[in-house]
Parts: sequence; C-alpha cells; structure tokens
Amino acid sequence: MKMFRPWMTLQQTDMSESRNSSDQNLVELHDVKKWFPVQQGLLDSIFSRGSAEHVRAVDGVSFNIRKGEVFGLAGESGSGKSTIGRLALRLLNATEGTVRFDGVDLSTLKNEEMRHLRQRMQVVFQDPMASLSPRMTAGDAVSHPLVIHHPEESGNKRERAEELLELVGLTPASLFYDKYPHQISGGQRQRVVIARALITSPELVVADEPIAMADVSVRALLLDLMVRLKNELKLSYLFITHDLATAKSICDRIRILYLGKMAELGPLSSVYRNPQHPYTRALLAAVPVPDPNYRRQEPLPRGEIPSPINPPSGCRFHPRCPIAEEVCRQEIPEMLPFREEPEHLVACHLRTGNYQHLDPERHGN
Amino acid sequence: MRESEVSAPLYSIRDLTVDYHTREGDLRAVDGVSLDIQRGEVLGLVGESGCGKSTLGKALMRLIQEPGEITSGQLWFHGTGSNRHDGSDLMQLSDGQMREVRGKSISMIFQDPMTSLNPVQRIVDHLTETIRTHEPKVSGKAARARAEELIDRLGIRPERIDDYPHQMSGGMRQRVMIALALSLRADLVVADEATTSLDVIVEAQFLDLLRELCEEFELTILLITHNIGIVAEAADRVAVMYAGRLAELGGVHDVFGQTLHPYADGLLKAVPNIKLVDDELYRMEGAPPNLIAPPSGCRFHPRCPRVMEMCSEQAPSFGEYRAEHSTACWLYEDVPALDDASTN
Repeated sequence: MKMFRPWMTLQQTDMSESRNSSDQNLVELHDVKKWFPVQQGLLDSIFSRGSAEHVRAVDGVSFNIRKGEVFGLAGESGSGKSTIGRLALRLLNATEGTVRFDGVDLSTLKNEEMRHLRQRMQVVFQDPMASLSPRMTAGDAVSHPLVIHHPEESGNKRERAEELLELVGLTPASLFYDKYPHQISGGQRQRVVIARALITSPELVVADEPIAMADVSVRALLLDLMVRLKNELKLSYLFITHDLATAKSICDRIRILYLGKMAELGPLSSVYRNPQHPYTRALLAAVPVPDPNYRRQEPLPRGEIPSPINPPSGCRFHPRCPIAEEVCRQEIPEMLPFREEPEHLVACHLRTGNYQHLDPERHGN
Repeated sequence: MRESEVSAPLYSIRDLTVDYHTREGDLRAVDGVSLDIQRGEVLGLVGESGCGKSTLGKALMRLIQEPGEITSGQLWFHGTGSNRHDGSDLMQLSDGQMREVRGKSISMIFQDPMTSLNPVQRIVDHLTETIRTHEPKVSGKAARARAEELIDRLGIRPERIDDYPHQMSGGMRQRVMIALALSLRADLVVADEATTSLDVIVEAQFLDLLRELCEEFELTILLITHNIGIVAEAADRVAVMYAGRLAELGGVHDVFGQTLHPYADGLLKAVPNIKLVDDELYRMEGAPPNLIAPPSGCRFHPRCPRVMEMCSEQAPSFGEYRAEHSTACWLYEDVPALDDASTN
C-alpha cells in the first residue's frame, strides 16, 4: 500500500542531514518514543484485565536542533512538547529511539557521565518561584551549579555569579546577589533562573514556557534578553511554548506537535505564512488577535485533544479534521516535504498527496 | 453622577475602594473606581498582575475576605426578572441577602474550574444542588431535566452529566461552570481569567460560546483577563486598570484604535500580533508600583514616556474625553495652575 517516494522521506532527510552535517546539529532525535505505563488498580493487575495500557506521550518524533538556532516546539497541552524537552536532557529515558547530543547517544552514558555532560545543557522552566529555593539568595542560586560542577572554582563564585547577574540585566549585581526570591519581581526571578542556567556555559538551553507566567509588559523584555544572550554566548534553544504569537518573535524553525506525533516542521516564516497541516491552520487561527476589527475566517476544529492512551487510528487528528478522508482513518501519514520548500515538512495525506501526483521530474516548472 | 440615563446600567460601581490590611501597611488594591456595566454587554477588564482587576471582580460580589475590606463605595445593582434586589446598593444588604445575590444574580467563573468543582460530586449534582438551593420549589426531576438541557446547549453530551469533574476535560469543566451560572439565570457573570487554563483552540471555542450565550440568555459578562487578544475578540467595551485605578474605558474599537492613556497604549503595543509579519513589540520600562507606597500624582508617571511636570504633583481625574471614551491623564485634561488646588 505504501507508495514509493524516491525523492524524499523523512527518514532519508534526517539521515542525510545527520550524515552530511552532523557537526552542525547539536541535538538529534531519531524516532523517539516515550510511553508511560498507566497505573492499574489492584484487581485489574491480579486478574490482568486487559493488557497494561500506556500513555503515548511521545510517539515517534524525529528532529535536529542546529547549532545556534532557536528551535520551537509548539502544541496544546498533552501534545508531548514538555516530555520531548525532558528527553532531550535525559531527565527522562526514551522508551524507543535515540537522542544524541553533539553526536553522543545519551542512552549509552553512565549517570556520572551524564551529569558531567549536563553542564552543556540547561533548562529554564515556566514558574521561577517553583524553580528557585525560597531560602537561597539569588547569588547562591546562580552560583550553585558552579559549586557542583566546578568545586575548584568555588573561591570566586561571587565574582562569577555577579558577572552573570549583570549579564541578565540585574544591576547593580552586588545588590541582587543577596536578594531572596520573594524580594524581587517575577520578571527579575526569571532572569535569576536564566543566569543560573548560563553559569556553566551551556550550549543548549531548553526553555519550557519561559515567559508564560510573565506579564505582558515584561514578556518582550525577557524575549529580548534571551535573543541577546543567544547571540552573545552562541547558544541553541529548544523553545517550548503553547503560544504561537510568542514563538513568532524568537524561533528560527518550529515543529507543531499533536498528540505525541509531529504535524508540521519548517522555518517559522514558511510554517506561519503557508501552514499546511489542518491542525497547524486551526492552531494559528485560534490565537486571539489584538485587533477588534479582525474576525477569524478559519473554522475551529471540533472537540478537544483526545486521550493519548488510545489515540485515534491513522492520522491522529482525523476525528477533528475538517477535511479528513478515508485514508486518514487508516494510514499514519509520514512527514514529507511540501512542494518547493524542502525544509518544510508536513504529515498529512491530503496535503502531501497533491505532491505525490505531481511528476517529480516536472516538479518545479 | 449620570443618574439621568434612560435605561439604568445593570451594575453601577461608585467610588469603590478596597484595602488589604497587611503588616507593612494598608495596600489599596482598588482606589476609587467608578464604572457602569451595561445590560447585555461583554465588558473586558484588563491589566497586569497586581493592578486590582481580580479584587474588583470579587468586590462586585462582596467576596473580599480578611485581611481585605471594602472600605468605601456603593454597588448599585439593578438585576432583572425574579431578582428581588432591583436597584439596591449591595453594600447595604445583610450577609443572608447577599448570599441570595451570589449565584442567583451574579455568578463567578474562575481560572481553574477544578478548584471550583467538588471532586467527589457528579456534574448533575452540582447543577441540581445549585438550582434547588436557590429555588427550593423545583423538584429533583425538574432540576435534572433543566440541567440536562443546559449541558446539551453548552455542547456536552447529556449522558456525560453523571460524570465526575476529573472525567471531563478542562474545556468541558469550564462549560460546566458556565452551566452553573446559567442554571439560575444570573444577570451578570464575572469571568476571572476563565480561559487562561484552556488551550488556544478550546479557548476560542469557549469565547464563541460565550458570545452566543450573551445574546441567547441576555447575559452580561465582566471578562477579567490579562490577555489583550481575548478582549479584542470578545469584548464590546474595555476597561484598562493600572495600580488600582482605571486608566481608560471605552468601546473596544475606540480603545484599540484611538488609545488615549500612555499606559493603555504601551500595553496594547506590547502584545504580539500573529497576523503581522514583523510587528515590533513595545518595551515598557519599569514595573508596576508597590501599592503600599504608590507614586504621587498619576501612578503611571515614573514609567510614562509622555510624563509632564504636572503628573507627579496631582492625580488626573477620570473623565470622558470624547463620547463614551474616558481616561485619566493630564494629556487630555486642562492642566490647572499648580497653585490652584481644585481639579475642575
């Protein structure tokens, strides 16, 4: 039933990408799955009613994060975006598939080796109040990773921490060094968290909804800071967000996730201007626009994201999709490039189907 | 002030002041706010965290708890139909009378429906209990029928009515909260960040539903949110709050199209618009003030890009600049000579 598509499949794209330019990729995920077992009741496990169920939080996701880019990961709650962030850091172990950081397969590392590698990958979470110990001053929090990873440098930890506080715009740093989290504002707290993430000079920062808690007027400033730091320190970000309007102002490329599967991937401008997957279109259409004259054109999909325990067959979006056809119920769509944009991939039978009918030799005329 | 209007607004708030008594001193979260909520409108109330918008919403139902207190003001509520409290100042009601108003005349929806719903109570019981508490004459059967009809209208399959809250999705739970408000045919629904915990698509569906219900049930909604996009999409009028005071109030097209107050202007420009390719976001300097010791004069003056000498001396009064479009800013008011103490 599978059509022969000699020009490109995702697997080939990713493989050729990793073969030719693996030195350009900082993180490589290949067909990564993460299934969480569902806890069963005592009776169920004794009589083994039904086989053990799994939440398929991430179900076959592949992508690369290039050095120096901001890679966005967007989707609704339950799409698996945060789980992927944790898999990239090996805070969770993948059920299947490989996660490579700078060419190293993370699953082959011993815990001690992993800990050592973690200096090069850091994370910023949504809620700075939850990420910071209420009993640690900003300075102690920022210098803590240094004390752990480089105990020999503990001597000048104050100097280093103040340097970082200065870098994230908390000046005068000597004043902020002794502040407790409750003594500073929410935006300043998130700056402390960012400073702490940067003190070990990482190459990758996983930012999981880093500005979702911040007030509107603070958001733009935090995004500015993140962009500046990226350029100055040559960082790569895995930027996880549910807010497509925010993603627009920072991401280079974006991947849209739906129910643990990939829906679309491409350069941000291409995905936003020319969204192909019906889910991406719906997601973009649903974002509230701060303009009272604007009226939504695209109809909203029916219902809500279904349970990842028994995800729908075929394309996971088909029960909510406005254009679904029989093939969508039966076959899982592959990620395929969309027309002239080799970088822009979409997993939709009907969108890439158009492409299949084109004669590959005539394509481009 | 504007007593001579043809049809009285549903809710007239006059000089409402709410204080929180803290160890460091009194914090004035709402400072002399006067506002009319018109029948059948969706009034958006926006501002950043700590501006007093949630406190204002709670004060409308007199739900301010210790250490907070409504220190002054009048809450003129003109409920319709079966409500007994026509044109009464809610501040004068006893606690018992107030309990009647809550739920029956004014209903509230919060951000997280899971904290508002009882986890060990089925959805149907939430609804029938609410109906029968306020209307004891209704039989259990009739109440259930009414509940099923409502749930169905809100797009939840009637058989789901026997589910527990945890069996429902976030969007469905929020619909149940709306059903609770509609079950008593409340005049006013105060929705405090009601869509914040929902995903964008569900949020958009919910907003569409709210708009429909407004017309169908002649519902009036006070939509409290930090999300400017939602206000643009759903509100008829917008009130912008800053540091406990109203900065601007007007029709949604006026406020977005011809913004008056510099704070409102900055706030609106700080919101990314997904439909614009390269919108440059405005970066507002500074942070909202500490309300225990607020800045003198206009509270926005330390952050204001158009600050004048006058602004730190004296607070501007809130008044109409053009028809149905009010603000509190010296840019739009004749500046009195500094030695003249009176404002008008």
